[in-house]
Amino acid sequence: MSQDVQRTDASPVAAKPPGALRTFLASDIVYSWKRQPVVILATLVTLTMFAGALFAPWIAPQNPFDPIELELIDAFSPPLTTSDFTGNFYLLGSDSQGRDVFSAILYGSRISLLVGFAAVLFALALGTALGLMAGFRGGWRDALIMRIADVQLTFPSILMALLIFGVIRGFLPRSMHAEVAIIVLIVAIGLSDWVQYARAVRGATMVEKGKEYVQAARVIGLPDHRILFQHILPNVMRPVLVIGTIGLALAIIAEATLSFLGVGMPATQPSLGTLIRVGQDYMFSGEWWILLFPGVALLLLALSVNLLGDWLRDVLNPKLR
Amino acid sequence: MGHKPDGEREPVLSVRRLRVEFPTRHATLVALDDVSFDIAPGEVLGVVGESGAGKSMTGNAVIQLLEPPGHIAGGEIRLMGRRIDDLAEEDFVPLRGRHIGMIFQDPLTSLNPLFSIGDQLVETLRAHLPMSEKQARGRALELLTEVGIPAPETRLDSYPHQFSGGMRQRVVIALALAAEPELIIADEPTTALDVSVQAQILALLKRVCAERGAAVMLVTHDMGVIAETADRVAVMYAGRLIEIGPVKEVIGHPRHPYTEGLMASIPGLAERRERLYQIEGAMPRLAAIPPGCAFNPRCPHAAERCRTERPELLPAGGSRAACWLHDPDNPLPRRASAGDSQEVAR
Amino acid sequence: MSQIQPAHTGPTRTAESGEVLLQATDLARHFDVSRPWLNRVLERAEKLSLKAVDGVSFTIRRGETVALVGESGCGKSTVARLIVGLYGLTRGRLVFDGQEISDLAGRSGRQAAAIRQRFQMIFQDPYASLNPLWRVGTIIGEPLRFFRPEMGATDRHRRVGELLEQVGMSAADALRYPHEFSGGQRQRISIARALANEPEFMVCDEPTSALDVSVQAQILNLMKDLQQQYGLTYLFISHDMAVVKHMADRIAVMYLGRIAEIAPADQLFATPHHPYSRMLLAAVPSLEGEGRERTTIEGEVPNPVHPPSGCAFHPRCPHANARCRAEVPALIARSDGSEVACHAVEEGRIG
Repeated sequence: MSQDVQRTDASPVAAKPPGALRTFLASDIVYSWKRQPVVILATLVTLTMFAGALFAPWIAPQNPFDPIELELIDAFSPPLTTSDFTGNFYLLGSDSQGRDVFSAILYGSRISLLVGFAAVLFALALGTALGLMAGFRGGWRDALIMRIADVQLTFPSILMALLIFGVIRGFLPRSMHAEVAIIVLIVAIGLSDWVQYARAVRGATMVEKGKEYVQAARVIGLPDHRILFQHILPNVMRPVLVIGTIGLALAIIAEATLSFLGVGMPATQPSLGTLIRVGQDYMFSGEWWILLFPGVALLLLALSVNLLGDWLRDVLNPKLR
Repeated sequence: MGHKPDGEREPVLSVRRLRVEFPTRHATLVALDDVSFDIAPGEVLGVVGESGAGKSMTGNAVIQLLEPPGHIAGGEIRLMGRRIDDLAEEDFVPLRGRHIGMIFQDPLTSLNPLFSIGDQLVETLRAHLPMSEKQARGRALELLTEVGIPAPETRLDSYPHQFSGGMRQRVVIALALAAEPELIIADEPTTALDVSVQAQILALLKRVCAERGAAVMLVTHDMGVIAETADRVAVMYAGRLIEIGPVKEVIGHPRHPYTEGLMASIPGLAERRERLYQIEGAMPRLAAIPPGCAFNPRCPHAAERCRTERPELLPAGGSRAACWLHDPDNPLPRRASAGDSQEVAR
Repeated sequence: MSQIQPAHTGPTRTAESGEVLLQATDLARHFDVSRPWLNRVLERAEKLSLKAVDGVSFTIRRGETVALVGESGCGKSTVARLIVGLYGLTRGRLVFDGQEISDLAGRSGRQAAAIRQRFQMIFQDPYASLNPLWRVGTIIGEPLRFFRPEMGATDRHRRVGELLEQVGMSAADALRYPHEFSGGQRQRISIARALANEPEFMVCDEPTSALDVSVQAQILNLMKDLQQQYGLTYLFISHDMAVVKHMADRIAVMYLGRIAEIAPADQLFATPHHPYSRMLLAAVPSLEGEGRERTTIEGEVPNPVHPPSGCAFHPRCPHANARCRAEVPALIARSDGSEVACHAVEEGRIG
């Protein structure tokens, strides 16, 4: 019945198409966004944290990665204090090295976000490529790829990341570990996470492949690569982007977990996870701020990105509306 | 429209000036506007129209299954004299199944795939009628026999997926009839079926309803189905009722220009025309229903009056049509046009 | 919507003796519908194959419209897809205008493209047959970009505009997206895309079954006009006997992967021979309604994975005997121009 309504709505409107910005502002996405305070809040938090991470060198009072800038004498300054020795103001306190916690969070979320984005992109590219191949070609390629995916799914992804992390490090000389830590993390998290992209893309590809516009392209005689990249790929990207947004939150947490376990970023280049690992030593000795603020930052980041992802999924999936 | 029900009996279903609105964030769409009709006991009323005409919505409004945000915004619906459009959901639930039976297009969605059809029949029977498990099972068997399921005693414990499409629709009919409802609403009951099965199901539906004296509201897009099954037809266009009358009248002598065009555009088996008559354009979107008569931009006879003044249902031959051609005081002249020359030669 | 006013009024059915454009011989397509290998081993199940099309032969002459009719599962859409090369043949041979195209499904490259651009297909679902992310102009221009890379962008835009106007739309619609159009308009866009390379032969798979009757009339009229204008040859697939009667010169009635009867349209509707053809005709609802109670037909189309032995129609046939249950009937030509696959007709048991 509501189908009837939609169908009649589909006939062309007489008015001239408005500009792209106008169209966007009038779209269902913006409408839905405006009506959900939680989503607005999540957007603001996400944007603030992204901006903080991006502009860290200009915002942060201190470069926490540079040992020269650390004032050991200011160690364990509580939040909102000005040091009697150096005159530095510590908004969120400082840690045992005299590292400003606020600066460390800004720089740390920079690393967390970098690893998160890169890992998601890596997983997305790998998963999409394999999923397209499995769904489009079918046959033994499909069977092989999906069986590998099944096997990988039986391991928790953090265990998978640990394993991959360990294997890669095993092949590298010890001296390089700190330098390549970021890349190893990205590869490890990305490799542990491609399966869900591959599954989503494979399913969507099989659906699109059967649709008549693809058959029409085949009747014309278009070569496979053209059908695959011009027709199918753009039409399967929507679910992938949604998974990617939710995946970003998961990747940030995965990075934090690895770093917390001590297999991620070294203490000299702390990510949020590393900060939490370092901070937990002081949890019961009175210096609560060293743990609390990085923890809250991680929570806010992961939660708001995840909320955005969930909202995006609901808005873009007409079946749920 | 005349408020006298057909025959002397009180109508089973009486719909008066029904209006259904869909508020959207741009505007409030009027999905049904001023729809009135009656169905007498034992009568089959066919509700016909193209997609977007509002035929399914009429059925859904009667059984209060409008998809939100759609809602009844005016008029009234009476079932055996009792007003039902203002009932709260919890008061309406007992009516479904007991007094109003429903048959939908896809039998699979009406049957629970996890329960055997025997269980589903027994459950429906016992929910509405005071029966023991054993009595209900016996009754279920009778129902299945009645709707033509071969060897029903062996099929009672089968699951919906073990039936063919036609057999499933028979089971759905048995379910709809189980509590002997006074009104059956059948929404495109044969659209998903092959032609050879269609005929069987329509004959069955007609027979079992006639035997019980149940009134039937048959919603379909298929004029052939209407011609075979219905006693009276209501033709809908853009959320409005534009013609209603006995089936022979409406099909043989359509009075509204839209019905005329519709009938002439159906290819027939009897004769062969080189070209089919075509109504230009398409049904308007709900957001852009023209003022006056909704059909006026496509109508070959349209005059100034049609663009400003909306016609009520007016007596026209044996039926009633919402068209100024049939204004008793000041009939609009017919224009000789393609529509006339191609004439409805059936 | 459509501004096309054809000049003709006279009969269009010609080509009774025209040259053969398409020759299909013993077409077959079997689909493997077995469970996965592991399940088969565990459940000791046999391999299952669905014979969607099994031994179908017919010819189509230039300029005529041949229709395939039948109920769901009869294989009519599979035949369409075999011809345009969407499926490969399991068995049989296809010759298009003297050229062997049996292996077209597996061929690519310029030579295959040269054959492919001579025929096109129109699909059933107007909501799925256009890429939702592309503008209408890009969709219609796609075959041009592929087959005529030498054509410049300006020429191509002009040609797209012409095509849109030919199907009763406006050249400005090229800038819109498919979701802005109704079902009938989308089907017009599909037709414009199919016409882009001036094909000779069009396979139309239920082109109007998803449309409302008044829109169906518009599309059927358009298709007839285009046939007149370009001398197109149609293979028209439908389940609707009335539509088929309106469109076709010759009709092939299919049942469970085989042809039951082929006859000139008028012949088939006047004197159907095969019991299934008679049944199909009797099942068509009549608008005259009164008096003519639809002949009630028993049974339904069986599961094509396990078709009945012998003549697949025998369980529903009132004339079936032992021979029908054992022996598959062959299509036999009759003196009146029809071909019928029925033992009872062949033996003279029924007319």
